[in-house]
Amino acid sequence: MAETRDNVRYLPSHEWARLEADGTVTVGISDHAQDALGDVVFVELPEVGRAVQVGEEVAVVESVKAASDIYAPIAGTIISSNEALDSAPETVNEAPFDEGWFFRLQPTDDKALNELLTPEDYRALCAADDH
Amino acid sequence: MLIYEHSRPGRMARAQYVAAEGVSSELANDLGVHARSSTLGLPEVSELEVVRHYTNLSSKNFAIDKQFYPLGSCTMKYNPRGAHAVASIPGFLKRHPLAPLANSQGYLSCAYELQNYLKDVTGMQAVSLTPMAGAQGEFAGVAMIRAYHQKRGDHERVEILVPEAAHGTNPATAVMCGFVVREIPVTKEGDVDLEALKAAVGPRTAGLMMTNPSTCGVFERQIQEIAETVHEAGGLLYYDGANLNAILGKVRPGDMGFDVLHMNLHKTFATPHGGGGPGSGPVGVGARLAPFLPTPTVGMDEDGTYRWLDHKDIPDTIGRLSSFMGNAGILLRAYAYARLLGAEGMNRVGEYATLNANYLAKSLEKAGYTLAYPARRATHEFIVTLASEAKHQHVTAMDFAKRLLDYGYHAPTTYFPLLVPECLLIEPTETESKAEIDGFVAAMTQIRQEAMTDPALVTTAPHTLPVTRLDDVKAARDLDLAFKVTA
Amino acid sequence: MPFIPHTALDEQEMLSAIGVPNIDALFDEIPRNLRAATLSEVPAGISEMALQRLMDQRARLDEVDLSFLGAGAYEHHIPAAVWDLVGRGEFMTAYTPYQAEASQGTLQLIYEFQTMMTRLTAMDVANASVYDGATALAEAMLMAVRANKSNKSNRIVVAGNLNPNYHAVCHTIVKNQGLILDVLDHDPSTGCLPGSVEAALDGAAALVISYPNFFGGLDDVDSLTDLAASAGALVIGVVNPTAMALIKPPGEWGARGADIAVGEGQPLGIPLASGGPYLGFMCCRQQFVRQMPGRIIGRTVDQTGQPGYTLTLQAREQHIRRGKATSNICTNQGLLVTAATIYMSLLGNEGLRQVALTAHAGINALTDLACQIDGVTARFSGPVFHERVLALPVDASRVVEKMAVRGVLPGLALGDWVTGMAHCLLVNVTETKTAADIDLFARLLAEVIEEVKATC
Repeated sequence: MAETRDNVRYLPSHEWARLEADGTVTVGISDHAQDALGDVVFVELPEVGRAVQVGEEVAVVESVKAASDIYAPIAGTIISSNEALDSAPETVNEAPFDEGWFFRLQPTDDKALNELLTPEDYRALCAADDH
Repeated sequence: MLIYEHSRPGRMARAQYVAAEGVSSELANDLGVHARSSTLGLPEVSELEVVRHYTNLSSKNFAIDKQFYPLGSCTMKYNPRGAHAVASIPGFLKRHPLAPLANSQGYLSCAYELQNYLKDVTGMQAVSLTPMAGAQGEFAGVAMIRAYHQKRGDHERVEILVPEAAHGTNPATAVMCGFVVREIPVTKEGDVDLEALKAAVGPRTAGLMMTNPSTCGVFERQIQEIAETVHEAGGLLYYDGANLNAILGKVRPGDMGFDVLHMNLHKTFATPHGGGGPGSGPVGVGARLAPFLPTPTVGMDEDGTYRWLDHKDIPDTIGRLSSFMGNAGILLRAYAYARLLGAEGMNRVGEYATLNANYLAKSLEKAGYTLAYPARRATHEFIVTLASEAKHQHVTAMDFAKRLLDYGYHAPTTYFPLLVPECLLIEPTETESKAEIDGFVAAMTQIRQEAMTDPALVTTAPHTLPVTRLDDVKAARDLDLAFKVTA
Repeated sequence: MPFIPHTALDEQEMLSAIGVPNIDALFDEIPRNLRAATLSEVPAGISEMALQRLMDQRARLDEVDLSFLGAGAYEHHIPAAVWDLVGRGEFMTAYTPYQAEASQGTLQLIYEFQTMMTRLTAMDVANASVYDGATALAEAMLMAVRANKSNKSNRIVVAGNLNPNYHAVCHTIVKNQGLILDVLDHDPSTGCLPGSVEAALDGAAALVISYPNFFGGLDDVDSLTDLAASAGALVIGVVNPTAMALIKPPGEWGARGADIAVGEGQPLGIPLASGGPYLGFMCCRQQFVRQMPGRIIGRTVDQTGQPGYTLTLQAREQHIRRGKATSNICTNQGLLVTAATIYMSLLGNEGLRQVALTAHAGINALTDLACQIDGVTARFSGPVFHERVLALPVDASRVVEKMAVRGVLPGLALGDWVTGMAHCLLVNVTETKTAADIDLFARLLAEVIEEVKATC
């Protein structure tokens, strides 16, 4: 069973979003997602300063067998991208919830996170997937 | 070793040097600032080194001439040498594409007749030979559908429907033509879900792209209802000709209700695959789409002379798709193939492709393999699923494929269609003998045994080829796409 | 039955193993009313001997003695070793190298091709080819729009002196994706683009420059590249590979070089063959490699650490990315890439340079001789590569007709290709033309012009 974290919320498309102490939100992909993708070879990250809508495609994560779009879980402005992934894309596989984060944004509405899946809901979704 | 690693400054293939007496570099002085000053960076080797290097490289390849290649949906049949020989006759080989009509009647007569044969074989009203591959043919077909609706003033039709099992080029093409793609589910029996289709069609439907037999290797039994459903909603029906080999001479897409199709001459008409191309993807259309055909096509005047038909003859054409008129040399080979086979021969293609596939499917089933659609007839191809072997022996379809290489067989298509897990899509084609097929079954039987008694042998295969399994993660992470010479 | 090896006994055994009485039973899932009648337009099959005879006859109809036709497809000497090697079954009948371990021959060869194309064009990366030069340009336009993130424009400025067929193909392919092609007119006396293009480039995603251009002429690529760069537009160079031996490669244009370089690879060992199959090459800057469509071969290692070659970056292609793929393409011109790679290996730096130099000397010599004829002039001033437009005192298509009757194709009459150029002839000279050939051309041209004048 893939690892999940309880301090984040999830999208059904397997992104996670974490509210930081300073009110910004960090986004990445879950352990389940990195496992399904296989070895990550490249990540295309959004430009800093870009304003994004909820559900907008903001990044692409590429493995040998797939290239998946990453969607913004909430609306906001991109304030930073994890440039370390340029030279070490495998970090996404090794530490998907920690060093493998994709980008950070300043939300327009920090209550928006509450609309996302709770860790329990997400675990149930993954269990259904894995049957 | 790379050709560059054989390179030494001063090595050369002198017999190829063309400079006549008196052609000195000074004659290029008029180029002034345009002159290149950097070196070209090509390898410097002798003629024998080139010949030896590439001859040795060639022997590292699998090829139809050497091995059985049961790649589903690729139709790896024998590439007749006679077709290659006639396409290489000097008068054809040296003909410039822009030669005047008076010096083109030989080529044009072959192209014109090929157009007619393809119309007949597909049940269509008009054909254009210009698309240079199946994907370009698809592009032409979908672009014609778009042009048709726009001409009618109907701008609401922005959706193209595609079965979920469709080949990736189908949705990619639809998007290239400015459409939105909508997927239709496929049932457990391998047919398009007719109820889902009925729910999906409407005023936004430009058309449905599909193939028959489908990518699941079975005949779409409800094709007439599908055609009716799409047509009633005002959409058009596109036929992906990848699987035409199954029905060549037996069923015509035009009779099934398709409005437009492309053919893959490098599949059905036996033109050579060449390590990845060239292909050729002529399109055929019914009367509704004939005004939009890509140009140029070939016409014949009353006095029997042939000429090019262009935008003056087809004013609503979607336009030109290639610099000249498509892959002419490939068209000549397809023409030659059609002449060698004749009507009778074409009829037999569908028959024997189907006989071979059903025999192979039955034999593999008897050897313990699981067919994806055991209750259905195989068409020219069929699917085996290795989901059980993957679960119990932890040996995947990819592992089976790699181990087959050790037995001297090219692997079938793997992991397509996506909706059957751990699948092998197997197409023997009609040019393979019973003995060859039996040999393949024997190898597959052995490998199945190995998977149970010595799985490591399979999961680490191939063992007998010039290289073992390649690290494709490294290939994508540490991109090395050109040799860097260290001076 | 040609190519079907089954004996009656084989058939019997197979039917019995399947459990059906005859082959027809295998088609029982197909509704009866869909079964085709016999094909009426396809004649009965003929033997290979009869086919050879028929095709010999037809091919003879198309023979000419001497040709000076270019305009995008060029007659070059192809060393005998090229097609001898390409014709080997191991190259010709191999499939796409999806099973890399079984295709190291093809894969390594394509890697060598990619390497040679980057050197020739002085660019960072090359792909494994696309269908032809025109579609390579169309793909480059789509790529430039995807890649030019800074200005997000869908407008491409296209040199007016680009091969008209290339323009037509690009229009067909890109119009449904909302790209706008703005033509930049050439100067009527030089045939080249004017110097002041800043206004046109403002807000464009890319500028397309053809070098040489359709008329054989040479544009000021350095200044155009610099102007495009300052306007934030990417530069797409459309180049002739033989010309690269003599003139500046796109990677060396201006201060930073072109961004994408494409062109027709036919001159590299591929016969004219009525227009195809050819090969379109595509090269680009390293930073755009993931936006480049088509197949790409990468070098890697196998389980024992031995070097090996494989298809890479496949996640961008149609079979994986489907609706979001960079293109719908799933072909590379494998056979033609094989020919081009062997051709380039045989000729090497000096061989290709000599081909280019001989062609260059030839077109200049032909121009000198032709312009001695009363009323014949070079239509445009300035240097050219291996092609030049001659302005004639009569209609060029009539000249072509009359020379063709004498067994010589003198070039392309431009009346149907460019407005206002009905009296113009685009003439190409390659290394295949001797001094005697050029003399013959001039002599016949003079004769034929007189004839046409007399019948006016």
